[in-house]
Amino acid sequence: MRGRPSLYTSYEAEAALLPTRTRKVALGLLLIVLVLMPFSMPVIDQIPFVRFLGDAPWLRVVNRALIFSIAALGLNLLAGLAGQVSLGHAFFMGVGAYTAVLMGGVSTPHLWGWGLPMWLWLPASGVVAAVVGVMVAPAAVRVRGLYLAIATIGLVFIGLHLSRVFPEIAGPGALGRKWPKLQFRFWKEEEPFLDFSDNGQWLWFEVGRVQKTYFFLLALLVLLAVAAANLARSRTGRSWAAIRDRDVAAEIMGVAEFRAKTTAFAISSFYAGVAGALLASMVGQMNPEAWNLLLSVEFVAILLIGGMGRVSGAIMGTFFVVLSPRFVEQFIGWTADQAEGDGLFSGFWDLLVVVGSGDFGLISVTQQALGFPLPASALDEIIYGVLIIVFLLFEPLGLFGIWVKVRNYWKGWPFSY
Amino acid sequence: MIGVLAQASTTDFDIFVQTFFKAAALGSLYSLLALGFVLVYKSTQTLNFAQGAMALVGAWFLSLVFIDWDFPARWLPGPNWLHWIIALLVAAAMAAVMGMAIEKYTIRPMIGQPLFSMAMITLALEVILRTISFDAVNLTTRSLGVPWGTRIFMLGGARVAWSYIAATVMALLAFVAIWRFFKTRMGIAMRATSFDQEAAMAQGINVSRVFSIAWASGASIAAFAGVFASMSPWPAGGTANRDGAFFVFRALPAVVLGGLDSVVGALVGGMIIGFSEIYAGQYLSGYTAVLGVGYQQVIPYLVMLIGLLVRPYGLYGTPEVRRV
Repeated sequence: MRGRPSLYTSYEAEAALLPTRTRKVALGLLLIVLVLMPFSMPVIDQIPFVRFLGDAPWLRVVNRALIFSIAALGLNLLAGLAGQVSLGHAFFMGVGAYTAVLMGGVSTPHLWGWGLPMWLWLPASGVVAAVVGVMVAPAAVRVRGLYLAIATIGLVFIGLHLSRVFPEIAGPGALGRKWPKLQFRFWKEEEPFLDFSDNGQWLWFEVGRVQKTYFFLLALLVLLAVAAANLARSRTGRSWAAIRDRDVAAEIMGVAEFRAKTTAFAISSFYAGVAGALLASMVGQMNPEAWNLLLSVEFVAILLIGGMGRVSGAIMGTFFVVLSPRFVEQFIGWTADQAEGDGLFSGFWDLLVVVGSGDFGLISVTQQALGFPLPASALDEIIYGVLIIVFLLFEPLGLFGIWVKVRNYWKGWPFSY
Repeated sequence: MIGVLAQASTTDFDIFVQTFFKAAALGSLYSLLALGFVLVYKSTQTLNFAQGAMALVGAWFLSLVFIDWDFPARWLPGPNWLHWIIALLVAAAMAAVMGMAIEKYTIRPMIGQPLFSMAMITLALEVILRTISFDAVNLTTRSLGVPWGTRIFMLGGARVAWSYIAATVMALLAFVAIWRFFKTRMGIAMRATSFDQEAAMAQGINVSRVFSIAWASGASIAAFAGVFASMSPWPAGGTANRDGAFFVFRALPAVVLGGLDSVVGALVGGMIIGFSEIYAGQYLSGYTAVLGVGYQQVIPYLVMLIGLLVRPYGLYGTPEVRRV
């Protein structure tokens, strides 16, 4: 009977972070792969499909996915665990980002900024977002379900307006302003002792700045993911789950609904704030309009695709949603190459893509203008939408559900049904 | 000189009247969009976030039928406005077919799933439809060939655009039509379905047909709203453009304020939101330095948040029965 996925013989075993040996091994392997990811391996790179990223453009996308994972973990606590689906996550990310730029940014006659170091502005961006979350919570506790989702959409639009009212913080116009860099220093003007925004040497290795950022973000994500997983099994996390499952019953059993929802909002906003500050700081300069509804929607999509209420689901979903447009891009590039060449199926791909002018096809590679041969950028969005629909129609539990199915199949093998 | 005279003769009361018509028109548009939401929500329990994209697609259909294909004028004699109205009805019918197809292939398989999975599907549809219609609308905006264009008439000293009147009349017609529809056999079936699906089925009501009719009417109402939202003074006089898709997110407060499942709520909520937005835009414009440019666009959300604090299920919404 050992090794059954749902069999626990003690309460400690059930509450453990990694209940089975498979999970321990898998997580260990995953961490090793993740640490090695940004290096180019002299031998391993020769094996097809096992290719580490090196200092490639792909690593930037992965960095973005790491930051999005942090934000998705936050929304997962609120929506997946406490059952309060919010479309205001982008607002809290924006609050974090602007706290960061206000505290860490450079002061000019038209812009406010105190030039403080990162060990101050990064936690502060989370804390300020959490405080705003607590301020919003009393209103949010009163409404439930879809009404809450729409009320939080209001937050996003009010936030966008505020960014226009305070150009001293958000920067003038659509360009935005420069965010402080990801570097540790003791105080304002000192030399940074740990710099993630510049190429340099760590021990005996030459490390590029994207690689450095990767390691910093990975460490932060692991820290925050463990915190989130721990929180989920604590008293607070269990009270959230009780509220989600049946709020009236939870209240009867002595779970304080108001307090549980308020803490859920606060902690989820903390994660969002930190992620927002990191994102803006990594990108360097951001348009205030970037903290819009589509960003919020992306996080709800991430949770639905990954699987609600699971740390692993949130992270898998993020990587899926952030990386899949890049894969689509690569695929279209590949089809264009095929259509140009004279491989076996070049005629087929030629029907699909438009390479030169006057060519027949559905997707255009060369031109970016809108119109009938769809540009690749429009195709990205359409495929993103189609993926969400397909996932929800065929796998309502998301990637986590697929994993459960695979696991159950092999658990029962050769007598699976 | 004439302009100066016209300026001088505009009294405070004229400005009030002028603002009133504008507010009534905007309120009617919000009500129309809200009506589409409510119809779909009442019958299928789905919050259709794709309403705005559907509105834009509807406006694009009109442009396709009326301008590109020149469809009614090719076969029918008669004045231009008659052709335009026929084209509008054809566009609405096309939108209805689209709505039925969407319901059949994406919503019906999801029945019984959590509300948020359904809402997420409509958000994904929004992304798809918006991308496709942006592609079709293109960066240059498309003309809709509105017969009254940007013309205005004078009511005393107040300048009123014909499109304000058109939008208000359109919304009133839609509400009367829906009100009449609810008295018919099919309408009663729809009300019964929204009350209790299983009981309706047991009474012999074809629930899936009710669903598809609800989506068809929701989509065609969205098309009407999309057409009237792209007239003066909104985004650009008589053209379908990209702003149309985002217009709907400003109508969401109207739906929530009125209550997600109430037709009367859609009308009242839309009017409250429209009037507060336009009147705040008119009479608080002296404080723009403090409130920020474009503050009137945030007013709907503020009104909605205050409304939700007082009544969590909107003014006319049915409170959810909470069981232990």
